Amino acid sequence: MFPNKQTADNLLEAAQVAEVRGRSLWRDAADRFLKNKAAVGALITLILIGIFALFGDLIAVWNNEEIDWGIMGQIAQKGAPSIANGHYFGADELGRDLYSRTVQGTRISIMVGVVGSVIAVVVGTLYGAVAGYFGGRIDNIMMRIVDILMAIPFMFVLILMLVIFGRSIFMLFVGIGLISWLDMARIARGQTLNIKNKEFVEAAVATGVRPFTIILRHIVPNLLGIVVVYATLLIPGLILTESFISFLGLGVQEPNTSLGALISAGAGQMQYGVIWQLYFPLFFFLVTLFAFFFVGDGLRDALDPKDR
Amino acid sequence: MATDPILSVRDLQVTFDIRRQGAWPWTPPMKLHAVGGISFDLPAGQCVGIVGESGSGKSTLARAIVGTVPMSGGAALFEGQDLATMSPEARRRHRRNVQMIFQDPLAALNPRMTVGEIIAEPLITHEPKTPRKEVKRRVAELMERVGLLPNLINRYPHEFSGGQCQRIGIARALILKPKLLICDEPVSALDVSVQAQVVNLLMELQRDMGLSMIFIAHDLSVVKHISDQIVVMYLGRVMEQADARTLTTRPQHPYTQALISSVPVPDPVLEKARPRMVIEGELPSPLNPPSGCVFRTRCPKAQASCAAALPEMLDLGNAHTVACPFHEVEEVLAVEA
Amino acid sequence: MSLLEIENLTVTFQTGDGPVNAVNGVSLDIDAGETLAVVGESGSGKSQTAFAAMGLLAKNGAATGTVRFDGQELLKLSNRELNRVRAQEIAMIFQDPMTSLNPYLRVSDQMTEVLQLHKGMSRKEATAEAVRMLDAVRIPDARNRITNFPHEFSGGMRQRIMIAMALLCRPRLLIADEPTTALDVTVQAQIMELLGDIRTEFGTAVILITHDLGIVAGFCDRTLVMYGGQIMEEGPTNDVFAAPSHPYTRGLLKAVPRLDRDEDSLQTIAGEPPDMSRLPAGCPFSPRCDQVMETCPVNRPALEGFDGNRRRACHLNVKEVA
Repeated sequence: MFPNKQTADNLLEAAQVAEVRGRSLWRDAADRFLKNKAAVGALITLILIGIFALFGDLIAVWNNEEIDWGIMGQIAQKGAPSIANGHYFGADELGRDLYSRTVQGTRISIMVGVVGSVIAVVVGTLYGAVAGYFGGRIDNIMMRIVDILMAIPFMFVLILMLVIFGRSIFMLFVGIGLISWLDMARIARGQTLNIKNKEFVEAAVATGVRPFTIILRHIVPNLLGIVVVYATLLIPGLILTESFISFLGLGVQEPNTSLGALISAGAGQMQYGVIWQLYFPLFFFLVTLFAFFFVGDGLRDALDPKDR
Repeated sequence: MATDPILSVRDLQVTFDIRRQGAWPWTPPMKLHAVGGISFDLPAGQCVGIVGESGSGKSTLARAIVGTVPMSGGAALFEGQDLATMSPEARRRHRRNVQMIFQDPLAALNPRMTVGEIIAEPLITHEPKTPRKEVKRRVAELMERVGLLPNLINRYPHEFSGGQCQRIGIARALILKPKLLICDEPVSALDVSVQAQVVNLLMELQRDMGLSMIFIAHDLSVVKHISDQIVVMYLGRVMEQADARTLTTRPQHPYTQALISSVPVPDPVLEKARPRMVIEGELPSPLNPPSGCVFRTRCPKAQASCAAALPEMLDLGNAHTVACPFHEVEEVLAVEA
Repeated sequence: MSLLEIENLTVTFQTGDGPVNAVNGVSLDIDAGETLAVVGESGSGKSQTAFAAMGLLAKNGAATGTVRFDGQELLKLSNRELNRVRAQEIAMIFQDPMTSLNPYLRVSDQMTEVLQLHKGMSRKEATAEAVRMLDAVRIPDARNRITNFPHEFSGGMRQRIMIAMALLCRPRLLIADEPTTALDVTVQAQIMELLGDIRTEFGTAVILITHDLGIVAGFCDRTLVMYGGQIMEEGPTNDVFAAPSHPYTRGLLKAVPRLDRDEDSLQTIAGEPPDMSRLPAGCPFSPRCDQVMETCPVNRPALEGFDGNRRRACHLNVKEVA
């Protein structure tokens, strides 16, 4: 087995060495991601926004419902952003603190995006992997269901649901969750078809591993690359959707607010010279979206298909 | 006491249904006869080499024996039990007796699992109650056995070379001490110097563990080296079958002779002096194999009668069978002992 | 003067781990009408040597040294000037015919493109010449099949089409990079026979890059053995095979299972193919050599001539090679 004396010596030496840590493909991808300056910048931005959304209200003077009677009615003159009266971002048309409302709006918008994305990832990936792995009739039926659900005009249904069942955050989550997993299921299924033909899956079958174990142990981890990328790009899409709903007035209800609702209100007040009511929520909205897109792009480059 | 062969393949057939693209759903699919009636016996502890070019059906045959592809006809008896009639649960338990190693060493390993996890998988699948320490001990033991340093147990497949990946595949296949190991082109993707290492390793393991092996390859030189008997396949059918030495020194089927004649030998003097039997033409499509003898479209000895019916398998004695009525010995290669 | 002269060629790639030399100071030449085999395993640099000569290196690769074809220096030529040399003087065929032929173009289009570009022929003339060449490489029914797409041909036939395309302009040198590795052995025999006939008929010099010692033995006048980007030995094929002067060549020959011999076990070369980013300063084969001496990993052995027209790079005395 080791005819060369030198190799045998190496073996002896190495045997006394402790176990070597492996370098998984995720580590390689993480390294590549960290080399991408734009992506890292975006990630830092996201972290900062996250801190803002979670802890921003610790430094707020006013909460998001309180009405500042002192400036009410004179918003254009006295409601501009100032550190002095505690309205860092100014006040909205009812005299409420825009800073707190922006914090809350960002929090809710991101939550909708993330929750929707998580539902999409979990449900969509498992659904797609099962359909793709079993193939045949099961795959056919499962995918036709997805096709039918996709054909239903989503916005229309969501609005109907919100009108019928009342507007609440819960309804919003349900609606968005119902839709977001469909695309992911398709993507997961496509990738699964690719993966299941690889020899290591065949080896697992030949070993006698049960089908669901194969799906969880062999297929899903190899799907995660593409799933993670898509999920990161899905979040801004969901935020946009929620913003649109709120812009229409059907989303989150007072006193809760989201970035979309704030933008809607701000846009409506534009001609009264209270432009800060539009700028601040719009700024956070755009920055969050861009940051997610850049991170998603960076992830896609880092998780290059060659390595999957 | 006659030992029954560990594996008896009788008239095994594998046919795939191919749907033509864009056809109506009710048109019957085309039939691809990947394997059409193969029979051979494998005595325990021996190695049978299956040689053939692309389209010969050798890989499909391997998969039918392992069970990842269903058989369409015939039988494969493992230790007397018919694989096709086993219950699914019995099949699952049977899997530990028959293991396989693959052609592409890296693709045969899940890139997201560590080497230790990969090798341990068969063990934890079939003996889930084994304590972790014991699992680790057996994995390390096997890694050493195949020539890998045990302290690499946490490494990932892409951190290894092709030859090392193949060793990992071998370790995985052997951890449950199977009785039959099927090797599907295990060295074709490896460098020459590494091929020799892996071939030697396989032969050593076979001797030490009393393994029976089916070795599938297109490289006749390697097959002859490692096998006790050789089966030559063409377009899903057996052309000739004999023990390794007889087949390579006294081949009787025109295809075997052409095959041996085409294999280049690293000896310039011999190469220039050898008689050449280069067969013309292309491989027919397995969707539409020639009637009668499948080799007749390229055979230098073909006659009109070859198209009429499938040639009978003639027994030449000494476990040498040939499927050709015009067989005769041609010394296409002089062999020195 | 030789047809192709390569002197001290070094090919460096910029990788994530820093610069890596795939080829490290390689010199060789080939005369008109000669056949030279460049033998090596993965990481030997044999393919990159050819790519460098043809100007086909990847973007992160750079070649230094001299490559002279018919006296003309190739490495410094612009792409446009190099295009005049390519196909007309030096042609190359690759391992995988499916990816070398454009799957979206008919074979006739791909072949006439070469002739119209380099010989200025009209479409009609070019098609006639292309059919003639396909006949020469024994494609059955060439006149009708020339309008087919590549995927409608088998692997062996696609390789023949590639050979036909390479020969359209009657190049004086043909570089074949592992032309038969992806083919069945009977088809391989057909292709090698075809290459032999072409050599006789057209007088083309051929550089055959391969890891298969068998086809080298049957086809090439001279053999050059590479390892880790450097030349280990070179000489007439008969001599190199009968009396290898380098431990690597000797190891390779012993490691190949032979159809004409009964052997108990194959003699292996210990270790793994080299990691090109971590080669020893001296001889690249030293980690695996069973006759290694202290000086080997440190001092690079010079490529020296001996026994007439043979060359070797090894610190051992030629008589000491086991």
